[in-house]
Amino acid sequence: MTITVKFFASLRESLDLSSQMLNHEDIITVSDAWHKATNGAEMPSNVLIAINMDYVKNTHKVKDGDEVAFFPPVTGG
Amino acid sequence: MKIELRGQAFDPWQELQQAEAALRNNDSGQFGASCVFVGTMRDLNEGTSVSRMFLEHYPEMAQQHLQSIAAEAIDKWRLLSVLMIHRVGYIEPNDNIVLLAVWSAHRDAAFKACRYLIEELKHRAPFWKKETLSSNLERWVTKNTPDQ
Repeated sequence: MTITVKFFASLRESLDLSSQMLNHEDIITVSDAWHKATNGAEMPSNVLIAINMDYVKNTHKVKDGDEVAFFPPVTGG
Repeated sequence: MKIELRGQAFDPWQELQQAEAALRNNDSGQFGASCVFVGTMRDLNEGTSVSRMFLEHYPEMAQQHLQSIAAEAIDKWRLLSVLMIHRVGYIEPNDNIVLLAVWSAHRDAAFKACRYLIEELKHRAPFWKKETLSSNLERWVTKNTPDQ
């Protein structure tokens, strides 16, 4: 299974990660994707998660081809 | 409905003139109320002088969420039209960050929908502000001001 993982804003900077492809059969949820992409970093409690640009919880399942994004609380407007 | 992300400074009043001209041509006599919100960058935040700001965004998701918020407002208040423009990239104090405008038959819908758009945008649309202070230090804005 291949997914794309993206990080934005302060999260991207603090993890020094932006966008990457992950190819692992043992990724089931977005939480698994986070741990694979960050080498096991602790997930901040206020992190926001989107799959294919829709907000989801960290228990949401991922599927082949998904784009998973992690980012801090939004501050636009 | 017009939703745009802008990389350059814009004049909200010019944008409104164009939008109203188009609306008068297409839906002449339909709208009895319009409501506008313009958000502008200040040179002070949390007691510290700010010299510029970078507005990061998640391009596809930001566009999609603005469209979705606008569609919800149109449906909920039977709006005749919505205009949303949001800046991205580097901006300076006095630059406009966001323009929201709605047109409806009556004022109650216009006021409520305009407030809904800005609050939903601030809570859901993926934009992030990074400020450069006068001292040249940089800091991320970590939360929106309360609904005030």
